[in-house]
Amino acid sequence: MTNAVLDTAARGRTGKRYRLDKPELLAPAGNLEKLRIAVHYGADAVYIGGQKYGLRSNADNFSIDEMREGVEFAARYGAKVFVATNIYAHQEDLEGVADYLRQLESVGIAAIIAADPYIVETALREAPGLEVHLSTQQSTMNWQAVKFWKEEGLPRVVLARETSMEEIREIKKHVDIEIEAFIHGAMCSSVSGRCVLSNHFTDRDSNRGGCCQSCRWKYDLHEGGLAVANADEHQFTMGSKDLCMIRHIPDLIEAGVDSFKIEGRMKSIHYVASVVNAYRQAIDAYMADPESYALKQEWIDEIGKAANRPLNTGFFYSKPGAGEHIYEPEEKPAPYDFAAIVQEYDEASGIAVVQQRSPFKPGMEVEFIGPGGRAFTQRIDEMTDEEGNPLTVARHPMQRIRLRTDQPVRTWDLMRKRLL
Amino acid sequence: MLIGESRFGMRLPGDIGDSDIRGAIARAHELGAKAYVSADKLFRNDELAGLPDYLRLIADAGADAVVFGDPAVLMCVREAGVELRLHWNAEMTGTNAATAGFWGRRGAVRAVLAKELNEEEITSFVRESSLEAQVQVHGMTNIYYSRRNLLQSYMDHIGREAHIVDLGPDRGRFLAEAERPEEKLPIYEDANGTHVMSSDDICLLEALPELLAAGVRSMYIESLLKTEAYNLAVIRGYRAAMDAWAADPEGYVFREEWLEAIREHQDPLRELSFGFLYKEQVY
Repeated sequence: MTNAVLDTAARGRTGKRYRLDKPELLAPAGNLEKLRIAVHYGADAVYIGGQKYGLRSNADNFSIDEMREGVEFAARYGAKVFVATNIYAHQEDLEGVADYLRQLESVGIAAIIAADPYIVETALREAPGLEVHLSTQQSTMNWQAVKFWKEEGLPRVVLARETSMEEIREIKKHVDIEIEAFIHGAMCSSVSGRCVLSNHFTDRDSNRGGCCQSCRWKYDLHEGGLAVANADEHQFTMGSKDLCMIRHIPDLIEAGVDSFKIEGRMKSIHYVASVVNAYRQAIDAYMADPESYALKQEWIDEIGKAANRPLNTGFFYSKPGAGEHIYEPEEKPAPYDFAAIVQEYDEASGIAVVQQRSPFKPGMEVEFIGPGGRAFTQRIDEMTDEEGNPLTVARHPMQRIRLRTDQPVRTWDLMRKRLL
Repeated sequence: MLIGESRFGMRLPGDIGDSDIRGAIARAHELGAKAYVSADKLFRNDELAGLPDYLRLIADAGADAVVFGDPAVLMCVREAGVELRLHWNAEMTGTNAATAGFWGRRGAVRAVLAKELNEEEITSFVRESSLEAQVQVHGMTNIYYSRRNLLQSYMDHIGREAHIVDLGPDRGRFLAEAERPEEKLPIYEDANGTHVMSSDDICLLEALPELLAAGVRSMYIESLLKTEAYNLAVIRGYRAAMDAWAADPEGYVFREEWLEAIREHQDPLRELSFGFLYKEQVY
């Protein structure tokens, strides 16, 4: 009887035994500080952009020296650093690719994420110490294509965001390769790489990092020469809601997804910390005890505090329909804003030194969060600058401020405030 | 000519199914033309099953090439053990000669260049590539492709009974953005998803000598969403120009009447343009 019960539990909802390989949690890091935060909050690996060949030409992006520093920091946590080299190169971009890849290799970058086969094969040949992961920009969603890339020597493929959970299972069944899938964040509504709206509207090359997000603009749809919508109805858009798979961690692990990828190299420190924090806890909880795993509302809430767009599950369970796009006129800001980061804490006095990132003042109710889901609400009482002068408001970015907290905090905990 | 069906190819002006494709290829050969079959879509697992048989069918029917973008087609060509010339078409991501070379070493003999390249890039691509180059010289281009049913979703959102309406090509639907009302982007849905097309029609007739001198081997005319009369005028114009150039490249003179015949049929709401040929893009 006991055995039968255990057996049923161990088989889970798919009727197969649980796969117990722990997936990697892969987070974006737009700069060195975000890298430290992502790793500190529990990312197993981070991906960053260098100053060349990446798809976020507006992001801060890392110099080679910053990459070295990032790699050293991540290594202290056993975490890896990947570099996105995911442009589709034009003729003028070809020269220098090999040198650049060798530089990445020399500073300890673990892998590149590449879309252009020229960059893929150049890395395999010139920088064998780098793993080459196929970017989602290659729009790979079938097992034959995955098999092709495996035979080319790639240990990992990032699938197209159009791939369903069932299709991922099928791919894993056919090909022994690491599968990376986006589990959270903004999505191209086009097949990645197959959109040149920016090029047409603004002469900015979307496949070399110039995307101006024209898919999120509003358009009038005309039919027979007339606008389809009445003046009081929403306009047409291609803009998609953001992906969020926090409710489906067991499915993803059981399907055999090896790396859970969070989108957002342009996102804030607060966003990275919150989202990584939530997924870290969910993955750890499931791996510790799959049978009694239960989704926690606090993980969903945590994501909600940093998210500024409505969320959905993309293509994992069904093709997105009317409910998966953002026709409404305005995107709301995230409900909470990052106010400060903890730099020091003195246990004896209960005083923390925090670095200001947006204004706050005494009397305000704030929330402190830390890795592992540590969180508490705090009303700020007195606060002073470093010399001990009382402050009525913390208005200077990066200013170090001393304030008392009711509970212990740690370096790199975040302080956030509610936006009303 | 480029033929096929939407089970395997993308954005074809019509479907030529299994029973007709043999006849279509034979007819093209009788007329001294080559017939290339499109299998350039991005495949999903459940769309792979029919692919090896289809490749055998078109190889047996004498197709002069199969056009692919997804490496799954290469895998299936190998598995099916068929002899087919391979044309690599990765749409907007076919942007450099080194990558064309990558596909060349895996069997491709032709590269279809992205429409977003300028003349300098095309010239450099052709010079550096050992594959023959195909460039689109006329017609609209796809500028956005989604696997989502964006028209259907929108109609549902605003409460229109779209499921009974044809959302496909030839229905004249277009998008216009408030700041660019003169740019009308055709949009339609089919079994492969939603397609948004350029608001202008590329017309490189006047630039043909430059492209020919650069070594571009194939001048592609996109016939999608055009009338038969329009396509006829376009093909005649380019045929005449290319024949004139071939007969005497040195003494070639562009003749305005070639273009006039096209202009007569041109939709006044759609500009004839040089596309990206003389543009500089930033990023």
